[in-house]
Amino acid sequence: MAKKSVIPYGPQHPVLPEPIHLDLVVEDEKVVEAIPSIGFIHRGLESLVDKRDFNQMTYVAERTCGICSFQHGMGYCEAVEHIFGVEIPERAKFLRTIWAELGRMHSHLLWLGLLADGFGFENLFYQCWRIREKILDMQEMTSGGRLIFSVNTIGGVLKDIPADMLRTILSTIDEVEAELKTVQKTFLNDYTVQTRLKGVGVLTQDQAHDLGCAGPFGRASGINTDMRKLGYAAYPYIDFEPIISSDGDSYARCECRIGELFQSMDILRQAIAKIPNETDLATPVKGNPNGEYFMRVEQPRGEAVYYVKANGKPYVERLRIRTPTFANLPGLCEMLKNTELADIGLLILTIDPCISCTER
Amino acid sequence: MAEVIHPEEILEEIAASDLLKKVMEKKKEGYRLSQICAALIDGKYELSYSFADDVSYQYITYRLVIETDVEIPSITEIIPQALFYENEMKELFGVKVKMISLDYKNKLYRIRQETPFGPKEA
Repeated sequence: MAKKSVIPYGPQHPVLPEPIHLDLVVEDEKVVEAIPSIGFIHRGLESLVDKRDFNQMTYVAERTCGICSFQHGMGYCEAVEHIFGVEIPERAKFLRTIWAELGRMHSHLLWLGLLADGFGFENLFYQCWRIREKILDMQEMTSGGRLIFSVNTIGGVLKDIPADMLRTILSTIDEVEAELKTVQKTFLNDYTVQTRLKGVGVLTQDQAHDLGCAGPFGRASGINTDMRKLGYAAYPYIDFEPIISSDGDSYARCECRIGELFQSMDILRQAIAKIPNETDLATPVKGNPNGEYFMRVEQPRGEAVYYVKANGKPYVERLRIRTPTFANLPGLCEMLKNTELADIGLLILTIDPCISCTER
Repeated sequence: MAEVIHPEEILEEIAASDLLKKVMEKKKEGYRLSQICAALIDGKYELSYSFADDVSYQYITYRLVIETDVEIPSITEIIPQALFYENEMKELFGVKVKMISLDYKNKLYRIRQETPFGPKEA
C-alpha cells in the first residue's frame, strides 16, 4: 500500500480563477481525499444590512459576484418584492429575463474558455472569450455596464431596452449561435478534449442529490431541476425544459452548459418576441418591508437562495445569500476522490467555482 | 407558455430537541438540504434549515429559536454536506454546534474578528 501524503493545492494556482485551498490526501498520484478551505476573500457583505437601507442593499447584492451580478440584484429584489407583495410591471419582468439570460451566456462562455485553458487548448480559450465579448457588448449597450448593470430596483427595473437595441440583440445572438456551433463541435467531438473529459470526475445522480449539488453541476448527473420553473421574472411565458445529462462526468458538465447556451439564445428570442409595449418599468413601493421570504433563482451556476427578514424599518434584519458554489463544494470534494492528481485543476473548474460568491 | 410550478413554501418552528428527527424525516422523504441560515434577532438565534424537493419544488424551512448559550446538535451525521453551513454559523454568529463531522475550529473564514455577527458584549 502506497504511503499517504498531503499536497496543498491553492489558494494561488494558475488554473484557479479565484482563491480556494485544498488539502489533497494522495497515494502515489491518486487523490483519496480533498479537504477544502475557503475564506481568503470574505467581505462580510451580508453584514452591510446594518449600514445600508433596503434599497441600497440592491447594489450591495449585485456586488456579491462580478459574473452573475445582475442575478444577485434580481434575486434580492424579488425577495423584497415578495415581502411587499408587489407585482412588477410585465415589461420589467421580460427585461429582467433578457438581462439574466445574457448574463448566463457570458458566464457559460467564460467557463468554456477557462475549461479550454485548463486542458491546454489555448486557441479554443481565445475563441470562447472572443465570442463572449459580443455578449458583454450587448450588456454594455443595454445597461451601460459590461458586468455590473445596476438596473434592478425594488419594484422593477430602472432602464428600458428600446426596440432597436432588442433587434441588435437578436442579430448578435444569430452571429453568436453560428460561431458557437463551430466551437461546440470541438468541445464535444474532438478526440483530445474527450480524452480529458470523458469518464473523469464522475458523480452519480444519487451522490449529486445527497450532496445537494446545484445547477449544471447537478443536472449533468441527472438532477432534473431548474429554479426558473418557479416562474419568477418572465419565465412563465417562456417554453423551456432543464438541460440534463446522466453521465455525471466532466464531459456531461460541458455538454450541459453548451446546451444551456443554446437554450439561453432560444429564451432570449422568445422574450424579445413576447415583450409587451409598456412605459411602466417599476411599481413604486411605499414604506419599509416587514416580513421574511426565501427567494430561489437559477443563476448560471445553479440555485441561489436569498433570505430576507425585515421588521418594518429601513434596514433589513438579515440578508442571507446562499450561492450555488457554496452548495457545490461537498460535491467537488466527493468528485475528486480516486482521481489523478493531474486532473485536479480541470476538475475544480468543472463545477464552475465562484469563490467571491461563496464567501460574500 | 411554460409549465410553472407554484410549490408550497412552509415555515415551521420546531424545538431544538426535534431537529435531528425532522432532518432524518426529510432525508428519508428524498429532500435535499438547500441551506442553513443563522440570524441574531432580539438577542436570540434564529436558525433556519431549508429543505427542497427537486421534483415538486416544495420548500420547507424548519426554524429554531434558541438562546445564545444553548448548544445544538450537528446534523452532519445525517447530512454530511451540512458541515460548511454549520461551520459558517459557528464562526460568524458564534452558534454552539456540537459534533460537526469536520470542525474547522474558526478557520473556515480567515477573518480577524471572532464571531462578527454574533452577540456583542454589553
